[in-house]
Amino acid sequence: MQTLQQLKPRIEAAIQGVSLEIIPNGSPANPPSLLVDRPHGRAVAEWLRDDPETRLDYASNVTGVDWPEKTVKEKTRVRKSIQGLDKEVEEIVEKKTPGFLEAVYHLYSMALKHGPLVLRLRTENRSDRAALPSLTPVWRSCELQEREVFDLFGIQFQGHPDLRRILMWDGFADFPMRKDYVPPADDDPGRPNP
Amino acid sequence: MIDANLQTELGRQGIVATTIEELYNWGRKNSIWPLQFGLACCAIEMIAASMARFDISRFGAEVFRPSPRQADLMIVAGTVTKKMAPQVVRLYNQMPEPKYVIAMGACAISGGPFRQGYNVLKGIDLYLPVDVYITGCPPRPEALLDALMALQNKIAHQHLTGSKLPRHLDPNAPAEYPVPQFGPHDLFLPPPPAATLDPNLNLNPNPPPTPEPSSPHPSRAA
Amino acid sequence: MTALFPQATPAPFTLDHDLLEVSMGPHHPSTHGVFRMNVTLDGETVVKLTPVFGYLHRNHEKIAEQNSFLAAIPYTDRLDYICSMTNNCAYVLAVEKLASLQVPERAEYIRVIVSELTRLFNHTCLAGFLLQDMGALGTPLMYAFREREHVLDLFESLSGSRMMCNFMRFGGCRCDLPAGWIEQAATVTDRYSLFLDEFEALLTDNEIVRARTEGVGVLPADLAVNAGVTGPMLRASGVNYDIRKVDNYGVYGRFPFRVPLGEHGDTFDRYMIRILEARESLAILRQALREIPDGPVIDPKAKLRNFRPKPGEAYGRIEAPKGELGFFLISDGGPNPYRFRIRPPSLINLTILEDMCRGHTIADVVVILGSVDIVLGEVDR
Repeated sequence: MQTLQQLKPRIEAAIQGVSLEIIPNGSPANPPSLLVDRPHGRAVAEWLRDDPETRLDYASNVTGVDWPEKTVKEKTRVRKSIQGLDKEVEEIVEKKTPGFLEAVYHLYSMALKHGPLVLRLRTENRSDRAALPSLTPVWRSCELQEREVFDLFGIQFQGHPDLRRILMWDGFADFPMRKDYVPPADDDPGRPNP
Repeated sequence: MIDANLQTELGRQGIVATTIEELYNWGRKNSIWPLQFGLACCAIEMIAASMARFDISRFGAEVFRPSPRQADLMIVAGTVTKKMAPQVVRLYNQMPEPKYVIAMGACAISGGPFRQGYNVLKGIDLYLPVDVYITGCPPRPEALLDALMALQNKIAHQHLTGSKLPRHLDPNAPAEYPVPQFGPHDLFLPPPPAATLDPNLNLNPNPPPTPEPSSPHPSRAA
Repeated sequence: MTALFPQATPAPFTLDHDLLEVSMGPHHPSTHGVFRMNVTLDGETVVKLTPVFGYLHRNHEKIAEQNSFLAAIPYTDRLDYICSMTNNCAYVLAVEKLASLQVPERAEYIRVIVSELTRLFNHTCLAGFLLQDMGALGTPLMYAFREREHVLDLFESLSGSRMMCNFMRFGGCRCDLPAGWIEQAATVTDRYSLFLDEFEALLTDNEIVRARTEGVGVLPADLAVNAGVTGPMLRASGVNYDIRKVDNYGVYGRFPFRVPLGEHGDTFDRYMIRILEARESLAILRQALREIPDGPVIDPKAKLRNFRPKPGEAYGRIEAPKGELGFFLISDGGPNPYRFRIRPPSLINLTILEDMCRGHTIADVVVILGSVDIVLGEVDR
């Protein structure tokens, strides 16, 4: 299969206005992933499925990942005037990287027996704009897996034929796989260590 | 109970002497019909116990009934999740008395290795009375057979008359166990229904103590 | 007579009917665990089928994030609780990909041997459960479990436990084979070969099995590929995709085994593919038991305690007896996984359950579900 570097210009030529980014993998023995912007997610998926050289007809795995907001403390040198004198002072500045939820798709080709291609879609934030285009109309195998990502993480998949909870009961109000989920207080009286 | 030496002496002469209670319990304990109720991995060891090598039918218990109305033993084999807990209690309520529960495996006793989970019930004895606990993850089929023998022993020593009655003959014991409901974050027990009878009609002079409405779970059921 | 009973002229006969919704499960003798299907019936014909999951959702993924990488291995045993060895293999494969660990040859051969033994008893036990659902009330299952007990004896002498073996480690296996194990495994393999002949003689040409499974639950190949179906179910629909051949992981490249493919994609094909795959597993086993080399069983540089792989992610998958079992791991450099995702073959194979069952009778639903081969520990995790 072509590498992501080779595929990127072909996809950009085929789909107008798409914005792609290749995310490197910290573990070099494993493939990098392709981050697609939200409005073109489904179009890129259809192209990957139908293009005769990639023919990624099998979506093996859909994973939800929660990346909470991170606060990074950085030391910067700032010019400040203290008691009338200009000085360069070291200041600790807090930078906040916004949090988001992410859906990671592993795509393979049963026809050409190659893969995987790792596709990523990210939401805008973790609260009110946690929506992504559903890839179920492209690959039916995403149907139950996207329902699970919705159930456990709270990502709304737009265009999913039947988006409702799958593993927890229907009246459940939390998203348990998020990093800030707190289980009910008196639920576990005897646990020895967290 | 008849003196054991007298019993053997009579037996040598070809005379069987017993009490109705012993005979009744002997019949009950040697023909326990379990409910076909496997939840998770322990169910496979339960199936293995009913297969040729371990053979639960030596103990009279090979007739696993699919319907709770025809069963007298519920072997809770596997993790009880919060989503499944109301169905477990409903099935227990549908079984006719006298009925027994064996909690098989660490998960049924206390949540087991999955105790940290948000959807795992920390032991089935939060909602049901358990007679025998089997430790193990999963317990070997021999352990299940040992538990069945312990239960048979327990049944053999149950009384029909007198002061220490078993639960199924005790008029003050609850007839039905409350079924937990799904809440937005956890299971909860609904409050007991208000009395609709004439309060002056004194049907039960010794009512059982009502559970505290503030605590979400009753104390571990006796 | 009509003069005596003037109202007795029969009216034209119309059958006014409603659809009946039946909930099969979660407690049901044939749902292979706590699985629920809301089936809408028109008489006896299935119009709609909605599966309900989650009755065994035990939070493997959340628990794994709270424990270390090593502590997740016993939890993988409990996913597909009938095939614990293959679950272990899939997880350690994913970790080895993440941390770029090497596995010695002897350990790879041991992995092949225990995986194929697992595949053997999984496929025959499935045939036993399928026949039990069809009404054979335990006899084929009794035979299948009898043979499974011999394999469980092997696993117990190897790993200490019958079912939850917890045997694989990152970079190899927990310990070496005990003395005499290979000879005992060879005896078990030979017994299995005779047993498969006996099993097939009883079942494959059996009139009732054929009548109840041929043409039932047909799955077309293109729908199977698009719905992500893997494993014997996919190959029964005619698609040649076996991860042992495609990914060539471990030492499977040294074993020339065939991949049986079905023609019709019905329940009988799914049953037959499993029997044929069991025979291919026997061939792999015989070769592996002959050729297993000496050597260490774990990479000497492998670090189990305080195992902190560098930040990154990896997806490792194997051909488990039920389908493609994959683990997607994201590490952030800490001792616990940041994300531990299990790709469950049983859940994804159930995506098209409704498509297979529509138009069949409710008795066929039981047979079709039996041929999908699900284990609820894996479906719900």
